[in-house]
Amino acid sequence: MLTSFKLPSRLGTLAIAVAVSMFGMTAHATDITGAGSSFVYPVISKWSAAYAEKTGNHINYQSIGSGGGIAQIKAGTVDFGASDMPLKPEDLAKFGLGQFPDVIGGIVPAFNVAGVAPGALVLDGPTLADIYLGKITTWNDPAIVKLNPSIHLPSSRITVVHRSDGSGTSYNFTDYLSKVSPEWMSKVGEGTAVKWPAGIGGKGNEGVSAYIRQIPNSIGYVEYAFALQNKLGYAKMKNAAGNVIEPNTASFQAAADTADWKSAKDFNLLMTNAPGASAWPITATSWVIMYKTPKNAANTKVAFDFFKWAYEHGQDSARSLDYVPLPDTLVQQIKTYWSSDYKM
Amino acid sequence: MQAISAEPLARDTEHRSRADARHDLLFRFLLRFCALLVLGTLLGAALSTLWGGREVLFKDGFHFLFSSDWNPVEDQYGALAPIVGTLVTSLIALVLAVPVAFGVALFLTEIAPNWARGPVSTAIELLAGIPSIIYGMWGLFVFVPFMASIEPWLNDTLGNVPVIGALFQGPPLGLGLLTAGIVLAVMILPFISSVMREVFKTVPARLKESSYALGSTTWEVVWDIVLPYTRSAVIGGIFLGLGRALGETMAVTFVLGNSYNITSSLLMPGTSISSSIANEFNEAVGLHRSALIALGFLLFVVTFIVLLIARLMLRQLARREGR
Repeated sequence: MLTSFKLPSRLGTLAIAVAVSMFGMTAHATDITGAGSSFVYPVISKWSAAYAEKTGNHINYQSIGSGGGIAQIKAGTVDFGASDMPLKPEDLAKFGLGQFPDVIGGIVPAFNVAGVAPGALVLDGPTLADIYLGKITTWNDPAIVKLNPSIHLPSSRITVVHRSDGSGTSYNFTDYLSKVSPEWMSKVGEGTAVKWPAGIGGKGNEGVSAYIRQIPNSIGYVEYAFALQNKLGYAKMKNAAGNVIEPNTASFQAAADTADWKSAKDFNLLMTNAPGASAWPITATSWVIMYKTPKNAANTKVAFDFFKWAYEHGQDSARSLDYVPLPDTLVQQIKTYWSSDYKM
Repeated sequence: MQAISAEPLARDTEHRSRADARHDLLFRFLLRFCALLVLGTLLGAALSTLWGGREVLFKDGFHFLFSSDWNPVEDQYGALAPIVGTLVTSLIALVLAVPVAFGVALFLTEIAPNWARGPVSTAIELLAGIPSIIYGMWGLFVFVPFMASIEPWLNDTLGNVPVIGALFQGPPLGLGLLTAGIVLAVMILPFISSVMREVFKTVPARLKESSYALGSTTWEVVWDIVLPYTRSAVIGGIFLGLGRALGETMAVTFVLGNSYNITSSLLMPGTSISSSIANEFNEAVGLHRSALIALGFLLFVVTFIVLLIARLMLRQLARREGR
């Protein structure tokens, strides 16, 4: 009886000793917290694992949604927030915040039409807007046929699929449609959730992908990575310069490169419908939001170091998750912004 | 001798009865606390959703209830489409689940051989243990394609029947109100059938045997003896299932189609109160968030009204039976 009692107590002492030593270890590493966009969650968690291995500093990121991220950073409960929609410079100034982009992703129209190969379909902005407005209802509508003279399109009805949950993906997609179609702008507008004139809603990229795969003659929009992983047929788009563009890393970067960042105060700009000759028209980014005069200077310093490290060393891990690293010109601009706007 | 032992005995009894009274009092407080805790939690939840939804409720008032316009971009919110979707899917679920649950319960209590009762009732109770997200995934990946394949047939047959025809006309998407209702029916079936089974077991054997002795068929025994004897508990079980169907979120979100419209067709996509909240809460700010919380409050109200109707029905039945 006695001996069997002693063993657990020894284990207990050991456990306490281990716990104390671990506490001692973490005491000189910094834990910083971030919250917000679920779009960047996979890449931030990959970066933070690699960063923790190198520096011992842990990034604790919670993907609670962009709205939540903005609320948390305004309340000062996290060291950085991440949002799929930029805040207006007035809003930033009111709270003493600054924002900068972190990584790029593409949004692609995906479709499921029997006999039409992935990548074979070509669409342009106004046509896509009319499909989502419910004005173009069949696949052999003259507007689609005109863009695709060489493929045979069926006379089947188009089933439109959109996101049912509020999301940055929808925000960028509806922003693009607003830019290319005045009717979309006046009737629907842009937002993380809008009043969709047509179609059905799938929950998350997964939900939309599942619907597109299951419903014949459907069209939807998903993040590029999801289209690749689910082997969905994606469409090529005619961009602002009038060229037909394939969605890929190069065309996403071209969009980030040619977007008019210079005249956008606090990087308050959506990259949709970018002017570049080879720019993918529905390219998106998300923004990191931090206090210009930090409440916790030590943590903020580590957060900056983390994002600096991510711009310089996180490119491969971003690419492996089908995100696109920021182009060098943009990284330079961000670093200038840091030194001019942030007190570090 | 007796006098000596009687006094400590009396003191002992008195002491014990005082202790008993004290324990009783404590126990009563404890029970009252438990009951009040439930009441307090419910009231707190209802009031806090009302408070959270006050912005949109003050701004729009009854317009919020009766408008079907849900437009987050222009901050216009109307709860009619989610309310209708919630009620319609729950009603479909009830219409499908109640007869089946009734049959299952009867089979298990009256007809099944003893060796079959255990396995079948365990299987049905296992249905209740499946998490709703699994029903959602199963619905999306297995049941929706199946429905898509039979919906053209529904269009051609039930769709041509007068009056109810309009209910079954629509594009064969596989998802929509009908699919959601069927998935919900599977989910609430075990709740209803296990309540029914338990109460059917309580019917005294002599009542049933007397009826059999008078020459009744099994159906007559069930309909005239078992069901009247257990009526109020059966209705209670049905409303337990209905309560679950009204609040079900994940499974419905996956198969309902999530679109804010009110249609005459059951094959069209719709939305429900709980799935709207689950979908949009994450990215909602300001009035949008308030509207979603107000939707949560409406779910309280809808459930309360449904339970109230159940109570009234039971009272009506009791009065008719002259009790």
